[in-house]
Amino acid sequence: MKPGLSAKQALALRRHLEAGLPRVSRPYQALAERIKGNEHRVLVQMHRWQAQGLFRRVGLVLNHRALGFTANAMLVLDVPDALIDEVGQRLGRVPGINLCYQRPRRLPQWRYNLFCMIHGRQRDQVEAQVQALLQEQLLSDLPHQLLFSSHAFKQCGGRYTPSPTGASLHG
Amino acid sequence: MDDLDRRLINRLQLGLPLVRHPWQALAAELDSSSHELLDRLHELLEDGVLTRFGPMFDIERLGGAFTLAALAVPEDRFDAVAEQLHALPEVAHNYRREHRWNMWFVLGCATEHAVAETLQRIETLTGLPLLNLPKEETYHVGLYFPA
Repeated sequence: MKPGLSAKQALALRRHLEAGLPRVSRPYQALAERIKGNEHRVLVQMHRWQAQGLFRRVGLVLNHRALGFTANAMLVLDVPDALIDEVGQRLGRVPGINLCYQRPRRLPQWRYNLFCMIHGRQRDQVEAQVQALLQEQLLSDLPHQLLFSSHAFKQCGGRYTPSPTGASLHG
Repeated sequence: MDDLDRRLINRLQLGLPLVRHPWQALAAELDSSSHELLDRLHELLEDGVLTRFGPMFDIERLGGAFTLAALAVPEDRFDAVAEQLHALPEVAHNYRREHRWNMWFVLGCATEHAVAETLQRIETLTGLPLLNLPKEETYHVGLYFPA
């Protein structure tokens, strides 16, 4: 067992990380100073959390609209229950599909059980991309719809204290 | 935004190495300097191109309950209903989509019970039927936007 932080220090570290990683050349040294720990132990704790799946990576959240990704589409498909895992895993591997989830049907109002998110710069390009990928995957015959978003009203974290903010939130 | 900004964004989407001198490691890869990369990162956050830099916590591992829900809102009430949802702190994202089910939002609450309560409150508040579509299986999560 490598030396780690005390439980109290680990909690304090997590709180500091809610605000993001310090933007300095030695961020883990900076964090260590704030929690009265040392850099090595902070890094050990970070690796441990990553291995446990508490976070996937030290990365970023992009304002995808600012980058020109304004054509944001939700592809929904009605997949036979017996095939859902196979189709979900297959579509999840297709480049360009950013998120892929199974959700429940709500009959008779809603028949679709597989949800994929696709972000593009132009709507017609996203439409063509979706048609092409469904054909390639031999899934064009499945009932499906493409729901483009025309406006984002609110983009922020929900309320889920005591958890840190900055998590990926896809419902 | 220039080529270095784009390369920095693309590289950071894959994750900053978990080492003592992460920026030195990245500077070598991107043929730049730690100082330059940190300046760029700072500007991208200031300009709002990036909204967060740091560990991307898996919210479900931290506890908390979430769902995706949709409302079919009559066109003449759309803005008013959007305002009603906006006032609820549990509503995280809210998108207008071109469909009969035209309002799609994510709820983030501390518990499953709070999610159910909030959905009930939204139905009462709006008088509209609601689709509750919680995630049942995750096949892929890999947001990546080539800058």
